[in-house]
Amino acid sequence: MAKITVLAATGNLMVAEALRQAEPDVVSAYPITPQTTIVEAYSKYVADGRVHTEYINVESEHSSMSAAIGASAAGARVATATSSQGLALMWEELHIAAGMRLPIVMANANRALSAPINIHGDHSDVMGARDTGWIIFIAETAQEAYDNTIISFRIAEHADVQLPVMTTLDGFITTHAMERCELLDDATVKAFVGQRTPINPLINGDKPVNHGMFASLGGAYFKVKHAERDANDASLPYIKEIGDEWAAVCERPFDFIDAYECEDADFIVVVLGSATGNVRTVARELRAAGIKVGVLRIRLYRPFPYAQVREALKNAKAIAIMDRADSFGSQYGPLGLDVRTALYDLPARIPTRNYIYGLGGADVKLAAIRQVFDELQELAAGSLDEGLNYLGTR
Amino acid sequence: MSEKTHIDVSDFENWTYDMIPKGAVCTDVGNSVQYITGGWRSNMPIWKKKNCKDCLLCWVHCPDASILVVDGKMTGIDYDHCKGCGICARECKYEALTMVAESSDEALAVKKGA
Repeated sequence: MAKITVLAATGNLMVAEALRQAEPDVVSAYPITPQTTIVEAYSKYVADGRVHTEYINVESEHSSMSAAIGASAAGARVATATSSQGLALMWEELHIAAGMRLPIVMANANRALSAPINIHGDHSDVMGARDTGWIIFIAETAQEAYDNTIISFRIAEHADVQLPVMTTLDGFITTHAMERCELLDDATVKAFVGQRTPINPLINGDKPVNHGMFASLGGAYFKVKHAERDANDASLPYIKEIGDEWAAVCERPFDFIDAYECEDADFIVVVLGSATGNVRTVARELRAAGIKVGVLRIRLYRPFPYAQVREALKNAKAIAIMDRADSFGSQYGPLGLDVRTALYDLPARIPTRNYIYGLGGADVKLAAIRQVFDELQELAAGSLDEGLNYLGTR
Repeated sequence: MSEKTHIDVSDFENWTYDMIPKGAVCTDVGNSVQYITGGWRSNMPIWKKKNCKDCLLCWVHCPDASILVVDGKMTGIDYDHCKGCGICARECKYEALTMVAESSDEALAVKKGA
């Protein structure tokens, strides 16, 4: 039976605690706002002798991910954390980590990208990583960031998955705000995460192997990428299985999506991360007023749970898709594109509006959410068009 | 099919994508000897045994492993893998190694002899 400590904690502290409990062999670290307090807390665990981790201070995020790749290839359990420009600087290594099928767990404090310079929360950074082959969680709360981080180790290191996992939380809103959180005891978490069993570790004198192979002409590259595509798609049942196993331990539910009152909803708002609370608050008000609304939050962003999203949305009359990032030059924001792809396979065509909101940490107030739900009713009635809208800008 | 644990690259073109070890890890090291790279050469090193003092500076500097040595004595050049970079000839102090064009009569004579 798990022993639970209730504490007031920030999202970053909960991620740091999850990392401490999983106790990676190697943590490579470079500070960047608003992630810094994760690696700062972890450096204290190392200095205080609470973990055996080799803690590598590096000169940039490019080096941080490179060190993580090397350590993971060597057979170590590896973690790191970053945000925004740091994640952007890792771009080439993100593809390498996934292409080499290396288990690495990385926390990301979701933050705006320059320019202009902005240190606050949105999803511009993580959306830029959505095609890299990483499994990506987007947490709503500090508690969920803790849960996601713990299961990330098991998912990444699973023999049939072998992919890096990003466990993300919204910059400042979730990373720095204090919440009531539950911390499970170390023994329970350690028993759950276990030890990594590397498949072809670089450090093994009895069975030498080469990592980082050249695969050029002759279709070898193409074949390896085909296998990577399959690995991503095939990871869904393993993610579910591991998530459910953790749900039984921590007594909190797990699913790829979090559907609030969607079963009979006419109007559904699809959203990611920390803004969900405000959307749910407005949905509750509208339900009390007799309007059938629902909220669909997506917890697992990659691989995108198309089937579950389609099932949750299939009976709606109009859908709003809220994006905290834009995909310049495409018709919709990243979530807008994914959700509309999911809807394409439905026999009936459901009208959607895509809202870009809260870029650079701009507040998303209840009045703005009410406007979204109001516009959904107009959209369903045919008095408003589909399309992409910047919510709340003048 | 399942992932290969023993690598015989001679049949690689017939592998399906799920037979490649995850992450393209090479699980059977040392097989680069099967990959013949001598055809990359445009210039070829010629070894004059009578000038050679077996100092092995060429062996030290060769970025491949194409200087063949047995019991501390040079025995020849591995033309299957030598890429003709010319570093050995540059480093040789005794004019025991010289570079000639791959298409020259001298090169053809060596290849015919080999």
